[in-house]
Amino acid sequence: MKAAVIVYPGSNCDRDCKVAAETAVNADVKMVWHKETHLSDDLDLIIIPGGFSYGDYLRCGAMASVSPINAEILRHAERGTSILGICNGFQILCEAGLLEGTLLRNNSLKYICKDVMLDVTNNNTRFTKAYGNQTKAMMTVGNGEGNYFADDDTIKLLEDENRIVFKYLENPNGSKGDIAGIINKKGNVLGMMPHPDRAFAKELGSDDGANVFKSLMQL
Amino acid sequence: MTNNTEITPEIIAEHGIKPDEYQIILDRLGRAPNLLELGIFSVMWSEHCSYKSSRRHLSKFPVSGPLVIQGPGENAGVIDIGDNQAAIFKMESHNHPSFIEPYQGAATGVGGIMRDVFTMGARPVALANALRFGEMENQHTKRLLNGVVAGIGGYGNCVGVPTVCGETNFHASYNGNILVNAMCVGLAEQDKIFYSRGAKVGSPIVYFGSKTGRDGIHGATMASAEFDVDSDEKRPTVQVGDPFMEKLLIEATLELMQTDCIEAIQDMGAAGLTSSSVEMAGKEGLGIVLKMNDVPVRETHMTPYEMMLSESQERMLAIIKPGQEHIAEAIMQKWDLDYAVIGYTTDTGRMVLEFDGEVVCDIPVGPLSSDAPNYDRPWVKPEVEKPVTAREIGELGDLGDALLKILASPDICSKRWIWEQYDRHVMADTLADSSHASDAALVRVHGTDKALAITCDCTPLYVKNDPYEGGKQVVAESYRNIIATGATPIAITDNLNFGSPERPEIMGQIVMAIEGMAEACKVLEYPVVSGNVSLYNETMGTPILPTPVVGGVGLIKNYNDAIGYGGINEGDTIILIGNTTDNMGATTAMKVLVGREDGAPPKVDLVLEKQTGETILELNEKGLIEACHDLSNGGLALGLAKMTMGSDIGIVGQVQEDIPLNAALFAEDQARFLIAVAPENEGAVNQILFDKGLASRKIGVAAGNSLEIAKAFKIHKDDLWKAFEGTLKEFVA
Repeated sequence: MKAAVIVYPGSNCDRDCKVAAETAVNADVKMVWHKETHLSDDLDLIIIPGGFSYGDYLRCGAMASVSPINAEILRHAERGTSILGICNGFQILCEAGLLEGTLLRNNSLKYICKDVMLDVTNNNTRFTKAYGNQTKAMMTVGNGEGNYFADDDTIKLLEDENRIVFKYLENPNGSKGDIAGIINKKGNVLGMMPHPDRAFAKELGSDDGANVFKSLMQL
Repeated sequence: MTNNTEITPEIIAEHGIKPDEYQIILDRLGRAPNLLELGIFSVMWSEHCSYKSSRRHLSKFPVSGPLVIQGPGENAGVIDIGDNQAAIFKMESHNHPSFIEPYQGAATGVGGIMRDVFTMGARPVALANALRFGEMENQHTKRLLNGVVAGIGGYGNCVGVPTVCGETNFHASYNGNILVNAMCVGLAEQDKIFYSRGAKVGSPIVYFGSKTGRDGIHGATMASAEFDVDSDEKRPTVQVGDPFMEKLLIEATLELMQTDCIEAIQDMGAAGLTSSSVEMAGKEGLGIVLKMNDVPVRETHMTPYEMMLSESQERMLAIIKPGQEHIAEAIMQKWDLDYAVIGYTTDTGRMVLEFDGEVVCDIPVGPLSSDAPNYDRPWVKPEVEKPVTAREIGELGDLGDALLKILASPDICSKRWIWEQYDRHVMADTLADSSHASDAALVRVHGTDKALAITCDCTPLYVKNDPYEGGKQVVAESYRNIIATGATPIAITDNLNFGSPERPEIMGQIVMAIEGMAEACKVLEYPVVSGNVSLYNETMGTPILPTPVVGGVGLIKNYNDAIGYGGINEGDTIILIGNTTDNMGATTAMKVLVGREDGAPPKVDLVLEKQTGETILELNEKGLIEACHDLSNGGLALGLAKMTMGSDIGIVGQVQEDIPLNAALFAEDQARFLIAVAPENEGAVNQILFDKGLASRKIGVAAGNSLEIAKAFKIHKDDLWKAFEGTLKEFVA
């Protein structure tokens, strides 16, 4: 698998994403600086990593979503390349208009770092096939703005189209409908707040995140 | 006030310079200093930069050892962790700023300590902290706790370095003077470590990072309207942190270090541009010329005085090999950081500052750094408290209630509310953090099977009641916490927080605590490689409890061999190693249950600590123990409760009856561990303990859902959790 991890100023899970993809599926991963203007056509996966792009001083992800590399991300989304946004990456994908909804401040108004048990609500996507009959996945969240919000019509649309991929069993932050991760209509862009890039090996407490990468090998 | 302002005794006093110190300045210069020069002397000779009250005592610490690459004197200490890798670490206080403005005070404390580490070429991989707040009943405690925790998290989370462990105490002595001590650990290749030494004559001095603003200019007195006639604003003396900038600065600095163009490098921390330039010049006996008009500034009309004394954050100063400035410039451009060549090194030994075509400062570098005052302040040997026997404090009522009260007490209770606000997992190498049943945090050395064990410790009440024994205990507890994970303790950083050294009784605490710590470091072969001293921690004449915090670092060669106290299986035997006496002095039980803080703390037998520690490591290496927990505050009862909670299984047993039950449960004797042993290994373990001559006693077996100690209590594990988790959550609600 050929993968690229986009590095924005303030990204801090870029290396984690690289190591996770390498460890889980032996991917060939290169790091791409956000000022680049080309993403090669032979990429199988583009990862938008977590962190605090541009310090999150504006709305989370808003600045990154207009970085020079963004045009290429949009082009690849259109082409059908798999795109995975984790944490700040999810926020960036929402800001870029590739996914519906937005991430608000956690309802506790605090940053929350904890283990979360997820319900794999759709195991029939290219990112979740490998879960098979495994309906639960343990990962961690670490964010201040992980509280997913969209209007009722959008939530209904997501439900009707079976595009809610992960839900929290115990909602940590007030996310509407306990939503932890959603996929776009075409099925090639996944955004999620929990970190598969921190749950890819037993010694980290869980390897349930590895299946996100393994699923992509079954394409 | 301008640079031509006459230097009056009032101005000298406002700069915190004593009359006899001013006389030294006059002698060294052969003339009166101007205002800028006076400002430079004042920051360089401040307690914070010069260690003038503590230096002669700090020299008692053992600072070398087979694994020490760099001891105190650089930005941080460096130890050898094998395979050409080094761990670089230091702890530093940000006490006063955090009391004034808790969020920014704590945040910039974290930022500052990270810079000390990456300045040396290390990528920061872990943060830890030791926090002290006033009692929960104090009206400010909740606000300060909220602000400090948010500040630590806000900074560390954004930069992307996991905050893996810490300790938090509450005590009335901190009501007006909280303590925020932050530790950072980084990793580097041994042949790529950078120092503030190494500058050569004629090399360009390069500034990069944030612009210089008027924030943090030394002390409220100088930020008055009288000081700057053009401005009636009162500038905050607390600096403002920008973690996003810090993240860029880390990446840019580490990228610059991959090139071969740095001669010397230093972050701009306390005393900013002044101390960073003086240190690099001073270490090589060089002089410097700085062109103040070239310093990147955030505001207009900044004076050289303001630029030299500003403590704006996220700034670096490097001395670059001549002709290679363009390499540095290109890297800073990539990261969108300010960059400027602001001067060059000379062979004059003088610090010359030019501004608007004039020389505004011309002073010798030597007296600023190496000749700073070094006081032998008068001190009196502190009164040492007497032991308090269990019989003397009498019955403690229902012992189950007693244990639950201890579990719920502010110092012991779960700090979940705090650590859930810290990103503990970023970098994906955290193996054990505050959420785990582990006496120290474990952070994998990226890409290897090795892991660092990290812990922060201090029991201030022990130090107050007997500074020498208490000082020993601080180091011993750190040592045990590392041991209890299966790692080998290597070295410590220290953060010595005390009251005013000008009071002989406080100076006595400082001297004796340092002597105790030094003795422990020596015997345990656990040297000091870096540290920080924070004095004058008192409010209206009331000093804080003496709080010499130790940040310990150890190494385990294969993280698969690491243990915690949560690994107990049903049927395992629980064994107590070590001796228990009936001294209850300064214990948590006496404080929480009887409301007394007096009495001698437990004595520390350092030789026994070492023997016991080494035996634990041997048992673990042989694969004979399932879980291990060091005993400290709260004694055996709390240790058993933590193991029960951590392993999610009950323990049924009994304690010794040759001393009062209260003491058997709650005394805090040192050199003790609880271990869990599988039944088939019990014989082998007992044989080794016997051969080593270590006292041990079978407490019981792991079974059921309750902690059940004969004649004492039977408490369901859920009730232990309830008591443990409730206090802080309710306090902050």
